Amino acid sequence: MVPAQLTNFGITESEAQQALDRLAVRDVDYADLYFESRVSESVSMEEGIVKRAAKSISQGVGVRATAGEKTGFAYSDELTKKDLELAADTARYIANSPKADGTMPVPAQRRPTRDLYPVERAQAEVATAERVALLNEIDAAARRYDPRIKNVMASFNTEYKVVVVATSDGTLIGDVQPLSRLQVTCIAEEGGNRQVGSFGGGGRVAFSFYRNEHRYLDYAREAAREAILNLSAIDAPAGVMPVVLAGGWPGILLHEAIGHGLEADFNRKKTSAFSSLIGKRVASDVCTIVDDGTLPARRGSLNMDDEGTPTGCTTLIEKGILRGYITDKLNARLMGIPLTGNGRRENYQSVVLPRMTNTFMLAGESDPQDIIRSVKKGLYAVSFGGGQVDITNGKFVFSASEAYLIEDGRVTKPVKGATLIGNGPEILTKVSMVGHDLKLDNGIGTCGKDGQSVPVGVGLPTIKIDEITVGGTQS
Amino acid sequence: MLQQQQAECPVDTAHSGYAQLAADVLAMAKRAGATAADIVVADGDTFSVQVRVGAVDRLTKAREKRLGLRLFAGHRSATTSTSDFSRASLEHLVAETYALAKAVVEDPVSGLPDPSQMAPDRPDLDLHDETTLDAESQIDWAKRGEAAALTADPRITNSEGAEFDSSSGRVVLANSHGFIGEYRSSSFSLSVSPIATEPETGAMQRDAWYEVQRKFHKLSSAESIGREAARRTLRRLGARKTTTQRVPVVFDQETAGSLLSNLCSAVSGYGLYKRASFLLDQLGHTIASDLITVFDDGRMAGGLGSRPFDGEGLATRKNTIVERGVLKSYLLDTYSGKKLGLASTGNASRSVGESPSVGPTNFYLVPGTKSSEDIIGTVKSGLYVTELIGFGINMVTGDYSRGACGFWIENGELTYPVEEITIAGNLKQMFKDIELVGSDLVFRGRIASPTVKVAEMMVAGN
Repeated sequence: MVPAQLTNFGITESEAQQALDRLAVRDVDYADLYFESRVSESVSMEEGIVKRAAKSISQGVGVRATAGEKTGFAYSDELTKKDLELAADTARYIANSPKADGTMPVPAQRRPTRDLYPVERAQAEVATAERVALLNEIDAAARRYDPRIKNVMASFNTEYKVVVVATSDGTLIGDVQPLSRLQVTCIAEEGGNRQVGSFGGGGRVAFSFYRNEHRYLDYAREAAREAILNLSAIDAPAGVMPVVLAGGWPGILLHEAIGHGLEADFNRKKTSAFSSLIGKRVASDVCTIVDDGTLPARRGSLNMDDEGTPTGCTTLIEKGILRGYITDKLNARLMGIPLTGNGRRENYQSVVLPRMTNTFMLAGESDPQDIIRSVKKGLYAVSFGGGQVDITNGKFVFSASEAYLIEDGRVTKPVKGATLIGNGPEILTKVSMVGHDLKLDNGIGTCGKDGQSVPVGVGLPTIKIDEITVGGTQS
Repeated sequence: MLQQQQAECPVDTAHSGYAQLAADVLAMAKRAGATAADIVVADGDTFSVQVRVGAVDRLTKAREKRLGLRLFAGHRSATTSTSDFSRASLEHLVAETYALAKAVVEDPVSGLPDPSQMAPDRPDLDLHDETTLDAESQIDWAKRGEAAALTADPRITNSEGAEFDSSSGRVVLANSHGFIGEYRSSSFSLSVSPIATEPETGAMQRDAWYEVQRKFHKLSSAESIGREAARRTLRRLGARKTTTQRVPVVFDQETAGSLLSNLCSAVSGYGLYKRASFLLDQLGHTIASDLITVFDDGRMAGGLGSRPFDGEGLATRKNTIVERGVLKSYLLDTYSGKKLGLASTGNASRSVGESPSVGPTNFYLVPGTKSSEDIIGTVKSGLYVTELIGFGINMVTGDYSRGACGFWIENGELTYPVEEITIAGNLKQMFKDIELVGSDLVFRGRIASPTVKVAEMMVAGN
């Protein structure tokens, strides 16, 4: 957690300072250096054997200077003083200023005041043999669940990332960010009918997380259960109907329907369907939604964002009223709004953008069973694949991977996956009931924006949406 | 052996110094105990300019390099990658890769291709352009593209910007059979993303247009790209939902291309041997209407998916995937081919640091004779789809349900724009239900299709 980690990169503090100084030209109002070293490992299994193992090592620095709305950015996988200077000169280009004419304030050394994921390296990076053993047991557990399970694919991925951020506004701070994920996919076959089921989880956790409470076996059984269930799924209905979303991962609704639309960059540029809606009602009064990067060990959590700002908990929607955006330094400064610690980047090769961390709706007061009982004819969606949103017109989709019909207040037949489509600024006004059973997802989410992927979390209590379009095949 | 192969290579491999590097790492692997190995080295320069509402928003400049090693210890293998080319670091990488390989389970199918299969030739596929553009020219291109969109109509009120990217790179592949190959490629692209506002309601719409070329001089004018972006955005104003009903659906070139990429995934060897494709056991069977013929051609001159050899060093070629509706070939590399009892089709795709997978080269649907207007003209009441969103495709079953935008067709004419609807069906049936194929094939990426009409799908809206 010490910026002494800078020595990991073979760069001295004074060299970092010199590079920042090179960026200190007239018109440049902010500059930063982002040093990153990342070791990613993966083992994967299929057809009952762990046949693949891979490891990737990358290290580099991203250099950025901003002048008004302009950003100059360069990166290098070489970390010599000369490379830093070259990158700084490129980043500085945007200010149209040929050479340095000032000095940035000397960064004050700081360390994060907390550690949300105190995982020792040895606990994250266990021997390959241990990972292989885990995957073998998963294969056996999934096949044991039902003989109709014909193939099991499982993968275990870990990433161990060390970052140091040096900024012209006086921050020099480092973080160590472990991350792992275990994913299981099963194929079930019966006659000519083949179906798929998936389950997984993870977070900023040690390897023991997966063994604790036999989580890895739960993942295997859940993936198998979904595949077997889908063997008997009927075609999904098409048209507008009430939909009950189960808690946890279906929170992807919030991520797509409102989360992206509240990222500050789109709102500064006034390209979001939410651009002029601060203080306005965008949800029913049972909805309160936050983005919280401070939950211990969660996949979307960070001690600090990639600009060195401590993450926080930002209220996006309070009892239905739109309260705020999530911001990075550039957009907070240009919009004159609070900095929320949401400046994130995929790696040193990417620019910082305002991004979500863990986005979820707070628990309400309804009994989940009452919520289902209140629906005469509709859909109960338990698990989803991915989703997408068009920020500008607000239209979003997300696709169910496990869903059931609700008939006369009872959950009945499983239906094939269907895509749900709606309008972001409108959909939450149709939420009439919120359960008391808030659940966060298991740690599998990856969010894509501008070609950059970052790990995120979502969460949701059971909710009822009075009407949304379901894209099935049956009228 | 290495020397000989190098002499046949039209590109000056020695120039990059990577040939020596590859030879050194192969030697290290052999000393470490590897029975076979292959190495990919890739480097590249990219320069990207984004402008927004007439001003520079972001400049990005980068130079990268990476080395990927796949090492075999008998029938066990592991893959690693690094950007650190120092000798000490590479020695360490080789040792770690060997240890990783020893930790996984033996897979009798794994291994390099047979030495006799290595590509004998290195055709020049015209993939590289020496043009380098300075910041001012790239900024000018992006500004002109965006300006053309912003001035096209007063209802174009804002912009997500315009981006001009140029990149140039090199790939070197070498293996312990003595194969070494190298090629260079470049790309130049402009994209423009305007936003239009409906004067009455204030509702916004965005769309975009882009072009990518390997040669700078082949790019259309910035103005024409900007104007097309504006046209596509403006036509979406006033979009509304339509009612839930079963109707014919016409896919434009872009969205038909997405259907073709679904087909491409379904014929990929990896999905097939894992029994995770809806086209399992269909080789030689009719999987589409007899209007459908699909090629994958790795050697189209200047093609965005062209390469002289694949990710394992096999010669690329033109494969017939579907011929008049009959599935003729899968896309295979050595491993997935062996799993299915078939030979590689030269479609190994290799990203540095991963073991080979299968990928298309230039994968396209052979055009028919009708214009898109003629095709729309055959629809009494139906949907013309211009954008699809979301991930509602189940590759195992073919079940298909995606968000869509487009236009409602009445009596053969486009009437009003539609949005917030889904289209659903099953890919197995949809390919069989293609009743018309357009004449308008244009390569804008590595997968391309002309306009197609599917007889009937479920549209869900109000």
